[in-house]
Amino acid sequence: MIRFAALQFRIQAAIAFGALVVIAIVLAVTGPHLVTLYDTTVVPCSTHNDCSAATTALTDTDGPIQVFLTFLLLVVPALIGMFWGAPLIAREFETGTYRLAWTQGVTRTRWLSVKLGMGVVASVVVTGLLSLMVTWWSSPIDTVSAKPFDPLYFGVRDLAPVGYAIFALVLGFSAGLVMRRTIPAMFTALVGFVAARFVMNSWMRPHLIAPLHRVYTINGSSPLNMGETPAGFGVTATTRGILPGDWVYSNQIVDKAGHSPTTAFIDRACPLGHASAQANYQTCATNLAARFHLLVTYQPESRYWTFQWYEMAIFIGLAAVVVGFCFVWIRRPS
Amino acid sequence: MTAVLETMGLGKQYGRRWALHDCTLSIPAGNVVGLVGPNGAGKTTMLQLAVGLLAPTTGSIAVLGDAPASSPAQLGKVGFVAQDTPAYARLSIAQHLHMGSWLNPDWDDEVATQRIDQLGLDPKQRAGSLSGGQRAQLALTLAIAKRPELLLLDEPVASLDPLARREFLQSLMEVVAEHGVSVVLSSHLVSDLERVCDYLVVLVDSHVRVAGEVSELLASHHRLSGLRRNPSTLPANQEVIEQSHTDKQSTLLVRTEEPILDPNWTVTPITFEDLVLAYMSQARDTTHPGRPALGVVS
Repeated sequence: MIRFAALQFRIQAAIAFGALVVIAIVLAVTGPHLVTLYDTTVVPCSTHNDCSAATTALTDTDGPIQVFLTFLLLVVPALIGMFWGAPLIAREFETGTYRLAWTQGVTRTRWLSVKLGMGVVASVVVTGLLSLMVTWWSSPIDTVSAKPFDPLYFGVRDLAPVGYAIFALVLGFSAGLVMRRTIPAMFTALVGFVAARFVMNSWMRPHLIAPLHRVYTINGSSPLNMGETPAGFGVTATTRGILPGDWVYSNQIVDKAGHSPTTAFIDRACPLGHASAQANYQTCATNLAARFHLLVTYQPESRYWTFQWYEMAIFIGLAAVVVGFCFVWIRRPS
Repeated sequence: MTAVLETMGLGKQYGRRWALHDCTLSIPAGNVVGLVGPNGAGKTTMLQLAVGLLAPTTGSIAVLGDAPASSPAQLGKVGFVAQDTPAYARLSIAQHLHMGSWLNPDWDDEVATQRIDQLGLDPKQRAGSLSGGQRAQLALTLAIAKRPELLLLDEPVASLDPLARREFLQSLMEVVAEHGVSVVLSSHLVSDLERVCDYLVVLVDSHVRVAGEVSELLASHHRLSGLRRNPSTLPANQEVIEQSHTDKQSTLLVRTEEPILDPNWTVTPITFEDLVLAYMSQARDTTHPGRPALGVVS
């Protein structure tokens, strides 16, 4: 059965691995340049205290390739679900060949196991290699930009894409199994995968691990900004001790009970007129410090790999549920 | 002798429609069985139940003593040629034979390659470029080389031209003679079945109308003609299958195991086609007693 599944899958696999080879060549040609640039401009910049020019120059290098790679790893799992997962069984229904395949001396359960197993292995290899290459290529830029938790980049580096690809594949397969039509199954795989990614990005990931809190007393050295915050109008402060790569959920001024200052209080505490800006600022800080402190809620960068493992494990878990459904469905009285 | 196909109260329901209803059959081994009936009578449903592509709604079915598709061994013992003889369009004939050898425990590569050779087919040719007749032959080859005990064919000749149809049936008969395999062949073309079948199952409106060996069925059915007469006056052992009346004359097709003694009747034997058509047209006779109305769920 494995040989037959391989025979049926060989064209799709060849296309994917061909594309992978082309990308590998492009990255192998351009990658070393980024490393050299990092070593020669960013590493020594701290000695002459001017890093902004060096980092900007590095992050702007090969811009189109950066955009392309991000886009590629964003869409590859979806493509796997649509072009590998959905047709794997829907094509058999559309062409009627399931009646040939399922009447050979191989049970349907074994047929399903081998088909899905081969698809999963191929998906893991393709996305794994791609993610490895992209992560390596981007590492100088990622070190400088320090945004590992950025929703855009988190899912296109390291382990997460592998989990996405496995999930997308089995989602496409299950849609093909139930709908028996390739095009609707492809569409369902796309919509389902995008929805799962969105839910994870927006609602689930921030709650996977309880965030840390840091409390700062307000003084003249913690610069305050007044304006709109995610929680409404208020005063925020930038703080020391939070690393650039940390994932800051919120950065609030609160009292002991956890309440932010009211607008009326801020109007009184932080006068804008008459005195100099510096004097106004000091007055404001002093008035606020009497009752309020800074509260920063965040995930430290050291938790990045824990989040990556969680992300992959959750999508593999989802995929396992879908696979279980497929095994039940394929044996049900039809 | 064991039954190759045994069903008890077998039924298959799609939504509110019964594709097959209350079907009880026991087909002994060593026969070429013609499963005949109009389109939509339930022939495909019956065969797909027999290979496990469908599961029954009611009743039970055993093929070669086991539930269909219950194990690789059971699947290996049943050769199936599906309707429209599906094949992988992008795979070559040789690759289809590889598939057969990889997926079937008792695969006989010699039989397969020899048959392809005899048919004059190029093993490198893709299945997608074969004619309907060639594809049917490929499907038959795949089914035969499994070395099955039972061969199930679902309308294998329906889409073929008369010449290809004759060639296909001829090669089927050669296989039967050579390997001694039992065959169940469905068709709505009576003339095709007459040539090859020694056992008949007539399926109409999702019910089995009659089943039995062709020679026995022909011996127990008679056409009676004589002066006009009410069929209800016939002896109890004579079942009227078909009747037509003119002002003066009655023509009846009756089934009876007993000799017909009434001298008023002119008794003539019937042909295979008469037999099948009589049972098939019986369905349209909605006043026929004892026949459940279409779609009634009991």
